[in-house]
Amino acid sequence: MTRIAVTVNGSRHEADVEPRQLLVYFLRDQLGMKGTNVGCDTTSCGACTVLIDGESVKSCTVLAVQADGSEVTTIEGLADGDELHPMQQAFHEQHGLQCGYCTPGFVMAAVSLLKENPDPTEEEIRHGLEGNLCRCTGYHNIVRAVQAAARAGA
Amino acid sequence: MSILGNRVRRKEDPRFLRGEGRYVENLPLEGALAVTFVRSLYAHAAINGVDASAAEALPNVQVITAADMDLAPYGPPPFPGLNTAMGRPLLAGDRVRFVGDIVAIVVSGDRATGADAAELVMVDYDPLPAVVRPEDAAKDEVLLFPDAGTNVAGGSGSADHDPALFEGCDVVVTGTLDSTRMAPCPLEPRSAAAEVGPDGRVTAWLSTQTPHQDRMVLAGTLGLDPAEIRVVAPDVGGGFGAKMLNVEEILVVWLARRLGRPVRWTETRSESMVALPHGRAQRLDFTIGGTRDGKVLAYRLDSLQDAGAYPSLGAFLPNLTALMSSGVYAIPKIEFEGRAVVTNTTQIAAFRGAGRPEASQAIEHALDVFAAELGMDPAEVRRRNFIPKDSFPYTTVTHAAYDSGDYEGALDLVVRSAGYDELRAEQRRRRDAGGPLQLGIGVSSYVEITNGIDETEFGEVEITPDGNAIVRTGSFSHGQGHETTFAMIAAERLGMPVENVTVQKGDTDDVAKGTGTYGSKSTQIGGAAARGAADKVVEQAKQLVADYLEASAADIVLDPALGHLHVAGDPAVALSWADLAARASADERISELKADHEFKSSPTFPFGAHVAVVEVDTETGRVELQRLIAVDDAGTLVNPMIAEGQVHGGVATGASQALYEQVVYDDDGNPLTGTFVGYAFPSAADLPSFEAVEMETPTPVNELGAKGIGESGTIGATPAVHSAVLDALSPLGVRHIDMPANGENVWRAIQEAKA
Amino acid sequence: MIPAGFEYARAGSVDEAVELLGGDADAKLLAGGHSLIPLLRLRFARPSLLVDIGRLEELRYVKEDGDRIAIGALTRHADLVRDPVLAKHCAVVSTAAEGIGDPQVRHRGTIGGSIAHGDPASDLATIAITLDADLVLRGPGGERTVTAADFFTGMFETALGPQELLTEIRVPKVATATYLKHARRSHDWATVGVAAAHVDGRVQVGLTSMGATPLRARSVEEAFAGGASAADAAAHAGDGTSPPSDVNASAEYRAHLAQVLVRRALEAV
Repeated sequence: MTRIAVTVNGSRHEADVEPRQLLVYFLRDQLGMKGTNVGCDTTSCGACTVLIDGESVKSCTVLAVQADGSEVTTIEGLADGDELHPMQQAFHEQHGLQCGYCTPGFVMAAVSLLKENPDPTEEEIRHGLEGNLCRCTGYHNIVRAVQAAARAGA
Repeated sequence: MSILGNRVRRKEDPRFLRGEGRYVENLPLEGALAVTFVRSLYAHAAINGVDASAAEALPNVQVITAADMDLAPYGPPPFPGLNTAMGRPLLAGDRVRFVGDIVAIVVSGDRATGADAAELVMVDYDPLPAVVRPEDAAKDEVLLFPDAGTNVAGGSGSADHDPALFEGCDVVVTGTLDSTRMAPCPLEPRSAAAEVGPDGRVTAWLSTQTPHQDRMVLAGTLGLDPAEIRVVAPDVGGGFGAKMLNVEEILVVWLARRLGRPVRWTETRSESMVALPHGRAQRLDFTIGGTRDGKVLAYRLDSLQDAGAYPSLGAFLPNLTALMSSGVYAIPKIEFEGRAVVTNTTQIAAFRGAGRPEASQAIEHALDVFAAELGMDPAEVRRRNFIPKDSFPYTTVTHAAYDSGDYEGALDLVVRSAGYDELRAEQRRRRDAGGPLQLGIGVSSYVEITNGIDETEFGEVEITPDGNAIVRTGSFSHGQGHETTFAMIAAERLGMPVENVTVQKGDTDDVAKGTGTYGSKSTQIGGAAARGAADKVVEQAKQLVADYLEASAADIVLDPALGHLHVAGDPAVALSWADLAARASADERISELKADHEFKSSPTFPFGAHVAVVEVDTETGRVELQRLIAVDDAGTLVNPMIAEGQVHGGVATGASQALYEQVVYDDDGNPLTGTFVGYAFPSAADLPSFEAVEMETPTPVNELGAKGIGESGTIGATPAVHSAVLDALSPLGVRHIDMPANGENVWRAIQEAKA
Repeated sequence: MIPAGFEYARAGSVDEAVELLGGDADAKLLAGGHSLIPLLRLRFARPSLLVDIGRLEELRYVKEDGDRIAIGALTRHADLVRDPVLAKHCAVVSTAAEGIGDPQVRHRGTIGGSIAHGDPASDLATIAITLDADLVLRGPGGERTVTAADFFTGMFETALGPQELLTEIRVPKVATATYLKHARRSHDWATVGVAAAHVDGRVQVGLTSMGATPLRARSVEEAFAGGASAADAAAHAGDGTSPPSDVNASAEYRAHLAQVLVRRALEAV
């Protein structure tokens, strides 16, 4: 067991973890934060995307011990109380989700994308989301949502 | 002004957007043991023994094998013609038949220990020759089920060829198309949990599309009364036809009862890629004949369906392919023969389209080959063979009774929307310039069938004491947006804001009955059932209002704009739903504001036309899908935003079969596409935005006028995109290209044309 | 999905990492983790100890050093994409880095990890071999420098000793260079990748996924230097290669792609 301290959505958590514990299971099983989903086991689908120190990462490909001392933001940390984050709102308005399983990962990836490139072209959005897979939407409305969020200054 | 037809934002969105989705893996289940399946690494092998001692030496680990199994083999499903000697043992005992067959179960205190223990279960295998290609399986040289004496798992149609079938044809052409094997890939892998309650009833939480049917099958398999089982499908992260009860769910429920402890299994993706049934995998051989001026006179289609190791729904799907083989065309003579054979591969079941994409891919490719032979524009050949708009209802020679349609209208609309003539002009410019980047334009017309087996769906509407409404539906939503669509349907009948209507589904204790969701039938029967139940509630409310206002029920009317009930002509004295519910509650008559309705109807036949535009690098073989213009007519739309979303997703999957995805096995039956690295599931960067063009031709078979929309995009897109690639390469003499028609397969097709 | 168990130690310095590696024959270095963790998760790799060097900020830099550019081994792909020094003097590194995986991978993956993994499908390894990069290695005996050509010794095998780690990659300044990558999907590994660059007045060509290691297309280079046209020189693209056949492509198709991409790369530089 290794002792780590991670700040998740602004709250500091200290915990003993097995070195092999993946960050996503640390969040889900140890902190009980079930919003971050697991969709694959090959760093492909991006369903588990969270932000570490503001940048998108796949939390299935980060050991919890590697996140020691970091600031982690998950889907649960995005909304301001009752008010959705502008990216969440844009996904809602543009019908950018169907079954919802890939949605937390897409929203987090999109937030990171706009942080790095606030005014992306459609092609830049599509490439910026290439680390996330969705089977329901064909990506069409996800791209629309990111465009709308960019227009709204998200 | 009716709410129907409006782009109402989804009521279910907030919980998903906030990370509060209630997927099975997210449900709290105190003290649940972790279930890990030990799966065969061989495609075909005899099992000499299983040694679990090392695994069971780990703390709190128990290993269960076939020796512990007291249940009979599962399947095949009760469809006509399936070989009943090919059931699947729930735990493989003496033989494994595909990579992924379950050999043992590890039960452990936590998931990590389960993974450690599963590695330590030693299985002594004697490898057997594997049969991987259906053509080889059909030879019956190596049998998967020696007792069955054959690998043939099912069939339809007749092997007898009519020698006169193509008599009178000026032109007869043949061809072959492999409708490639695909993995459904819902983003949520399956998860199942079960717990026996203090009353002895077992509750199963399943990631499934069909909770009520699952309960019945579980009862039958476990030898229980259905009343002893509660199935709950909470939020389900996509299904696409693949998430219906299978051996894993049965084993989880069996374990919970056997161990007396709650248990949970959550599939890994690598596991899902071999264990969740695949789709398609039909080899289609066609012959088409007609006149020089483009009129098709006869068509023959032979289908060889790879059923996978244990016949499931897939072995039956050629029947749907046969039914829909005529497509949108008036073809006077059609012959079909379908055969399904078992192979040492993952089972084949339903996947978005399920039997109809295969029909559409075959006839559309056949028409393209026919058009090419005639030197005629593919759109023009289609026009000469469409079933005319004024001939509905129309029954094909394959006995499909099409309800309504305007196939030429759909083609005209899509061609116009695409700017077809300008595209052809641009194509000519590129061909004349002679560079490596050539343009291809593909056209498809299709019709499909939804609610194909005349099913009945259940709906219930209940007014709550605060005057809101609950809709309970036997249909299920795993992304389709029922919580919004069905709320709109009920709200419109009740004259209530959609915000006041809550939709409940998926819990067999809460919803009396149901069939679930597959085959794009939700709105047309589930929505219609909810509508019927709402109408009954309104009628019952009128009786109650009549009592309160001392009037005759026949004189009470509902003002749909205000949601007020009053005596006709006297709106001043009215009861709102809130007033009525409050009063009925106080009088203990609230139960009178609840009604259910079962709606049954014949199938509907959604249709449409797609145009695909691709750019092909004729040197590297790379194909870029540049545009996909889709007219998908699903009758009257309840919520066009949600319907369009279905089209987008469907089109992506259809295009992806044409360009990216294919499940591949090596000659020994080892899966080469067992992860999302190997299996080419496309990302946003691999697809364009889609151009969905609205067209609505109502069906007469339900009062909503609604047809299915879930699978249309998939069915239309594959042939359009495949055809576009062929079109780009036609000046090089390419007439055939295997899917996925991209990269290496394009290069090979060009090489073969040169040879 | 869950790795087999291992011990974990975080190194506070390069020297400490060397020391930790010395204490356990089955230890592995962990940098960004984007080659290693996928292998751990599928249990294809089962080290007894992970030595985490991911926090060694002193190995995360890009700087000019005379006519060379020095890149710290822990510089992440995303850093390479947006680095102004590279943009000015060696943009092909940024181009190749931008094509690796996806944004999440690029946020974590490092150039050192990518090269030290010895994967013949590594785009940055091909860039290193094409540019005759010098690779700086640190071990118990101190520092040594090997050329990229000597570094890649086999499939997932490199010149790194058991206690050595890669600390810096030194590339020349190049005015014209290109990297062309063919992949099934945008985020996939290269089915075939081709780099071409003007180095010291000569065009050098490298190949990704065409053999057990990243390769130099030396007979292409010789033919082109000898005055052959791009197309004629590209006809030698397959010389000395042993492309694999796998689910992405057959060996024959890879050989064909290499020829087309080499010609295009030569035309571009």
